[in-house]
Amino acid sequence: MTPALLGKKVGMTRIYDPKGRIVPVTVVEAKPNVITQVKTADGKDGYHAVQLGFEECKPRASTFPMIAHAAKAGHAPLRHYAEIRLKDATDKKLGDSVGVSIFDGVKYVDVIGTSKGKGFAGVMKRHHFGGQPASHGTERKHRSPGSIASRATWRGQCGKPKKGVRMAGHMGMDQVTTRNHPLVGVDAVKNLLLIKGALPGPNGSLLFVRKSITAKVRAEE
Amino acid sequence: MTNSIITGVEAAHLKKDLTPFEVGDTVDVATRIVEGDKERIQVFSGTIIMRKGAGINETFTVRRIVNNEGVERIYPVHSPFIASITVKRSGERRRAKLFYLRDRVGKSVRLTEKRKVKKDEPAAKGEAKPELAGAAS
Repeated sequence: MTPALLGKKVGMTRIYDPKGRIVPVTVVEAKPNVITQVKTADGKDGYHAVQLGFEECKPRASTFPMIAHAAKAGHAPLRHYAEIRLKDATDKKLGDSVGVSIFDGVKYVDVIGTSKGKGFAGVMKRHHFGGQPASHGTERKHRSPGSIASRATWRGQCGKPKKGVRMAGHMGMDQVTTRNHPLVGVDAVKNLLLIKGALPGPNGSLLFVRKSITAKVRAEE
Repeated sequence: MTNSIITGVEAAHLKKDLTPFEVGDTVDVATRIVEGDKERIQVFSGTIIMRKGAGINETFTVRRIVNNEGVERIYPVHSPFIASITVKRSGERRRAKLFYLRDRVGKSVRLTEKRKVKKDEPAAKGEAKPELAGAAS
């Protein structure tokens, strides 16, 4: 099975590597995930995949169909699910649990999460616009986007702004994938993954960690 | 305030046999320097003027005067590159950060040495007594 797990971001800290250098790491707590479904190419699904369930929850936080779905794997209701596509059939069975030790020997990981919400943000924050001058007659529009179109934007057709012009709007709370983070440590006792660098989202948010798919070949440091 | 899981991760990287030292102490800090495959030890001695942060993020600043120029070096307390810290002298001080030493030159940089407390008497007890007397009067 491709190494992949659902976990929770605990927070950042720094540790020393064997050479004594400081490494900034994000701690991810990934309590054992449960395999809630196995899909096979010769079955009705037509492709190989496993579905992971993470974090037990009270039945009232789930729905009847989802309670029954978890019960098929012999488990209490689960809060989060994720599917992993596989190339070949897996030997994992319904109800098996998958722990962080699946990442043993993995060097680089990709992490998918939801970024921190920033609310309704202006163009300077959202698109890194330069804003307007601080002085020389600029009044009350120092952070405004400036011109978004002209009367001739569509060459006499309409004079409307072009599609996709970058403007102010909702920022953050998007799905973000960060790739090729070195996996610094795996703690099978405490169910922890230590991943180098910053990961998307606030502390306590759900993260999907998988073995890097863009297999980066880097010389040993 | 810090998360207990994170403190657990950091705990493995903290030095267990840390020499106790304080702000105001004159210390020799021996640092390991790796050049290629050779390793040597360099000593920087001076006065500790600041100690800040907690856990793995704790650092201290050592100040000394080299060629009439103030030099300050900041070290992480738990860095594996620090081979040893030797306390040469303990200075008397009345504040946590000795930044006023930066404005001083010559003899006034020196701190008066701490009076030694009897070994069988705890240090805190000996210091607390005069303070109490002052508060009463």
